[in-house]
Amino acid sequence: MRTDRRGLPRKASLGRIGAAEGGMPDLDRVIHERLRLGIVSALAVNEWLTFNELKHLMRTTDGNLSVHARKLEEASYVECHKSFEGRLPKTRFRLTATGRRALERYLHHMEALIRATRAR
Amino acid sequence: MVMRSVSPLPPPEQTRSPELQARAFENLGYIRRTMEEAGSFTAISGWAQVAIGVTALGAAWLAHRQPTPSSWLTVWVGALAVSIVIATLGMVRKARAAGAPVFAGPARRFAMSFLLPLAAGGLLTIALDRAGLHGILPGTWLLLFGTAVACGGAFSVRIVPVMGMCFMALGALALFADPAWGDAILALGFGALLIGFGVKIARRYGG
Repeated sequence: MRTDRRGLPRKASLGRIGAAEGGMPDLDRVIHERLRLGIVSALAVNEWLTFNELKHLMRTTDGNLSVHARKLEEASYVECHKSFEGRLPKTRFRLTATGRRALERYLHHMEALIRATRAR
Repeated sequence: MVMRSVSPLPPPEQTRSPELQARAFENLGYIRRTMEEAGSFTAISGWAQVAIGVTALGAAWLAHRQPTPSSWLTVWVGALAVSIVIATLGMVRKARAAGAPVFAGPARRFAMSFLLPLAAGGLLTIALDRAGLHGILPGTWLLLFGTAVACGGAFSVRIVPVMGMCFMALGALALFADPAWGDAILALGFGALLIGFGVKIARRYGG
């Protein structure tokens, strides 16, 4: 198979490959981060998840989760809903349509990378 | 023969490609695992649980009016059959609505740990029926159903194992209570507890 000058297959889908950090080319930085990818994946199969459920699922700390959840919220990938259950504050998260598309794009990107490497 | 390129080192991406592929695989695996784990929250249908609870309340009322132990047992076994149908339909409907496969990793794991204590309960029911020890049946059912839920839901959201333990506690109570209270305790467990937790699960976990 012919490859381009950089040794990568000539695939239209991989045309945007650049020399991004860590060898992972041109990826959505917002969800490429491990914990944020986990949050988005977990929310993809649940309509709503509370802060505590996400914390339990991701096995992480309050601080870490809130930092990354905020990043996702800033990118409009998740929406956050705050309420009170009795006197306890309760935070719930939901994946937005933008977030779902971003996850799909990311999945396609990973698949394209695997296909491209296999085709060499 | 073709001369090799003058470049003394391969281009960086050439060495990176297998590593890139490995990382892409790893990322896909991580997404899948997370989805499966998070998906176990949705496997159980809260509304199906409410419907089963209502069935159990009806069964308790009907069973209490039966003249013989065998007709009493028939009512409860009938209620079990109806409940299995409701639970299966509920799970399939909910999984479809969430766009998830019904028997993905967590659902399979849940089914395995859930069905084993239930199978033990089935065997004990036959043995206790043959021995004529019908008074012990309500406690046995509640205890083993609770064990099934607590084990099956050990890795699910906390509400599931908590529900299992409530059933186990009720089962323990039934085992040592006056057998005349059997139907009332069964109504409390398979009726009230299932309805209460079912509403909570349905509200919090989408159906």
